[in-house]
Amino acid sequence: MTALEIIINGNAIEVPEGTTIAAAIIRAGVTSFRKDRGPLCGMGICFECRVTLNGRAHERSCQTLCQPGMEVQTDA
Amino acid sequence: MRSFDVLIVGAGPAGMAAAWAASSPSRRVGVIDDNPAAGGQIWRGGERNSPWFTRFRTCGAEVLKGESVLGRLSSNTLLTSTGNAIEFGKLIVCTGARERFLPFPGWTLPGVMGAGGLQAMVKGGMPVDGKRVIVAGTGPLLLAVAAYLKSRGARVLRVSEQTSFHKLRTFGKALLREPGKLAQGIGLRAKLLGTSIRSSSWPLRAEGAEGHLAFVTLHPGPRRIACDYLACGFGLVPNIELAALLECRIDTGAVAIDRWQQTTQPGIYAAGEITGVGGVEAALIEGQIAGYAATGDRPRAETLFKARDRALRFRRAMETAFALRPELSTLADADTIVCRCEDVTLGQLHDQRSWRSAKLQTRCGMGACQGRVCGPAVAHLLGWPADSVRPPLFPTAAGNLARHSGTIRATGEIARKYKESVSDSG
Repeated sequence: MTALEIIINGNAIEVPEGTTIAAAIIRAGVTSFRKDRGPLCGMGICFECRVTLNGRAHERSCQTLCQPGMEVQTDA
Repeated sequence: MRSFDVLIVGAGPAGMAAAWAASSPSRRVGVIDDNPAAGGQIWRGGERNSPWFTRFRTCGAEVLKGESVLGRLSSNTLLTSTGNAIEFGKLIVCTGARERFLPFPGWTLPGVMGAGGLQAMVKGGMPVDGKRVIVAGTGPLLLAVAAYLKSRGARVLRVSEQTSFHKLRTFGKALLREPGKLAQGIGLRAKLLGTSIRSSSWPLRAEGAEGHLAFVTLHPGPRRIACDYLACGFGLVPNIELAALLECRIDTGAVAIDRWQQTTQPGIYAAGEITGVGGVEAALIEGQIAGYAATGDRPRAETLFKARDRALRFRRAMETAFALRPELSTLADADTIVCRCEDVTLGQLHDQRSWRSAKLQTRCGMGACQGRVCGPAVAHLLGWPADSVRPPLFPTAAGNLARHSGTIRATGEIARKYKESVSDSG
């Protein structure tokens, strides 16, 4: 499987292609996405997984697939 | 502006089947879906061997992925999350269902997720190898999730099903008339050999350590179990928001339809879980009927009526078997957060009399999820009927709305009318 690299909270992490940003964040060992919360619904409903993606706030990380070079900031 | 003869909202099983049935070389069929890929939640990230993926891919429908519908611009135009308008001749709403979450102490800890929620996360690449997982809640989904997680290396410590053994046994008898589903059930059970599956069991509270779930206490016992994840969902709730905004009649939480799957709004059809939670087979049948009926092919639609009747019988058996027990509305205490977006506790809601006052006084249901999570929970805990649906259906940048002059006013007007129609019907 092809791997790609994204930046989570300033740290580079390699994930397999097809990984959602939410899954990548957990792979990176980060548990708090927003305040002291983590993803709940996994399917774009609850908004607990929202992050700042490439400078855009409030993006749902569970509904977005990782693309090379993406910069993600949690707890925004 | 993009324009389609038939526009389908939702690319899950119902939407895929509707697109396939509606397609013809002379017709422009479009399918819009919020997710990065077709398949809905049940076929998320896999099941590519289902013939429906081939049918869908080759039927000629144009698929708009990662795009959601925010509201209506005119009677036959929708506004989407990219700020663009889509015009349609006929509309088929296949927006599926979401999980029902019931609050209990600790349910806001990271590591507590939906049952389908954890499955979706794992399908999205979240590792669970060696993780200790408790699967809880209700419905056939629990066994499917447990078997899936086990196949991905998780240690499923326990499946806690809230319904009683007696009800499960009655449901088992209904399954005997559905050989396909019975075989699925037996297959799942076989994959879960060695996993403890309990009926009349549910989570009482979750406790964390270092900001993450660490223990779950289950009824009966109470028994406190150390674990890494709790996958907990109390059945499914139809995603009726778009249909409600389009002024389609909603009947006991689902979109009301006639035998052609048409809603109370002419030219707007609905199929799948939004008409009542019946599972993937029902969704595929309803989707096809809607696709044929919306394109004037009633004879073909009619050939599927018998199959739909059968699916509806199964749906009723499922509703009876997995009805929520009253104890589940007493799990939350006064300090338990009910509205996760706005951090509103059950204690704060006890001072309110209705959704309207709760919204005004506490902001319950007014956060980013727009009440999609706390709405069904509040309905269960406090018995408040759902409040009106307002555009935009999902949070969006103001620029997306501003690009269409008059949008906000027009959609606000629609919301007001819907609210009136709801209060008129009692």
